[in-house]
Amino acid sequence: MNRAGSYRMTFAEKVLARTRVDGSGSARAGEMLQVRPDRSITLDADAECLVRFEELGLDTVAPGGRVVAAMDHYAPAESVRSANVHALMRRFAARHGVELFDVGSGITHQLMVERGYPKPGELIIGTDSHTLSYGCLGAFGAPVGATDMTAYLATGEIWMRVPESARLSFDGNLSPGVYGKDMVLLALGDLGTDGALYQSVEWTGQAVHDLSVSERFVLANLSVEMGAKTAYVQVDEVTLRYLAQAAGEEPPAFNPDQGARYVIDRKYDVSSLPPMVAAPHLPSNVHAVDETEGVTIDQAFLGTCASGRLEDLEVAARILQGRKVAPGVRFLVAPASSGAYLAAIEAGFAATLVSAGATLLPPGCGPCAGIHAGVLADGEVCISTGNRNFRGRMGSREAEIYLASAATVAASAVRGKIADPREFMGG
Amino acid sequence: MKDVARNRQGTLRETGKVHLLGDDINTDYIIPAVYLCLYEPEELGRHVLEGLGPEYPARLEGVRFVFAGRNFGSGSAREQAPNALLGAGIRGVVAQSFGRIFYRNSINVGLPVIECPDAVAAVEEGEEATIDLTGSVILLGTRRFAFAPFPPNVQEIILAGGIMPLLKEKLGR
Repeated sequence: MNRAGSYRMTFAEKVLARTRVDGSGSARAGEMLQVRPDRSITLDADAECLVRFEELGLDTVAPGGRVVAAMDHYAPAESVRSANVHALMRRFAARHGVELFDVGSGITHQLMVERGYPKPGELIIGTDSHTLSYGCLGAFGAPVGATDMTAYLATGEIWMRVPESARLSFDGNLSPGVYGKDMVLLALGDLGTDGALYQSVEWTGQAVHDLSVSERFVLANLSVEMGAKTAYVQVDEVTLRYLAQAAGEEPPAFNPDQGARYVIDRKYDVSSLPPMVAAPHLPSNVHAVDETEGVTIDQAFLGTCASGRLEDLEVAARILQGRKVAPGVRFLVAPASSGAYLAAIEAGFAATLVSAGATLLPPGCGPCAGIHAGVLADGEVCISTGNRNFRGRMGSREAEIYLASAATVAASAVRGKIADPREFMGG
Repeated sequence: MKDVARNRQGTLRETGKVHLLGDDINTDYIIPAVYLCLYEPEELGRHVLEGLGPEYPARLEGVRFVFAGRNFGSGSAREQAPNALLGAGIRGVVAQSFGRIFYRNSINVGLPVIECPDAVAAVEEGEEATIDLTGSVILLGTRRFAFAPFPPNVQEIILAGGIMPLLKEKLGR
């Protein structure tokens, strides 16, 4: 790789240096560049880009087969209007040779990671704020809007400012019942909703190394709630082994240069970290679980791109095994993909959850964005594995949303109030 | 197609009434997800800021500029957010800071977004403001607040009324 003299590049600088259109091979924080992304995803919630592209009257999509169109935000369709959007997406995909993730296949980001599409060092844009999730495989996931995507479909390029970078290092061993979700909530509570605004967040350290790709996904995913432009989880043998299996071949590693410059450089020790909960109405309003314990809930929701993977379904099934969802509580579970759903059926987790009183939803975004499948009534309280608890996010403005790990959500479903999952562990 | 965002040539200087908002106004507040099937700014504008309360679209009548605190437009990638503001007649947003995706989406659809904490601290609800994009200055009565000029590529996009007009020109459409 080209280096500009002895300048040491962060992850973000290195990726943008590689993808900049003029080929100069260098990039520094603050520069404005024209870049050529390696891949893109478009969703039903931002299908406007497909309409705008058609208005341009072009015959072909410039990036060709490196585009995915996916239905997850309102899949299956909840209204005639969204059904028409899905129909439009199917026509577009057939006409332009775009890969389609149709209704029922699951959440785009999960499907991308399951297929091993994001590779270390790749630049992937998507019309969804949680496109940062591809950082779990060392890719630069950059959320963009419909117009950016239209420009990409038409020309293969978009503009981008090279971001400054933050480095978050985690050491120590997580206790049983504490997960990657609790680590990201710890950092979010520390940095706030704009603590990493416009920045690339790099997650590193022994405690990150010890996480599976499924949990690393959550770190990258919630980085956007700190305002980040992208996120990168250190590429190591866990990443490469995962990709060797998912994509059929092991890609080269991709890491930032030693000695690169970080505007934020924080160290955390997770050894005594308890389960964490974000209280209404900001994801940065983070507390140890015991500070919110006992809050009565109406609904528990396991799903969204921050959860719903096989590991999460397994954790919930282990907690629900031999127990029941509390009377008066709705426990909604939306597997992140049809693959995770099927694996949960084969492993018996789905049966455990349903016999305990949980309701399984189709793979997809579920009620996370308040569109369908479990929106909240006035005055209701929900604990969710999701990433946003803004007022009104899941339905009524008069409802309250708490965010936590799959284990904390499952434990709370059993108790009928916010509960510490460690009470259900190893006993 | 009738489309205020994309047919509007970027205006260099505008004057009008200010509405003041607080910190962390996210895109779910600006346009709730139930409206994501709508694309036209006029339609979206009828639901602008409904996430803050059903009275909101009416409260923005006659308002030209939104001034806000930190992290305006945080949250989702929905371009419907700047388009809803444009459709409601908003011609500029001044904030202490912006959510990143909202910031670039606003530029891309030709909605001027200006970081100027001093002007936000000084402005009063309902006050008249002038925003001068070529001079990079905000006027509140006799008080002047300079802001950092946009990088040349961003200025070009904003003045063209967004990326679509530039793209159509580039492609000869």
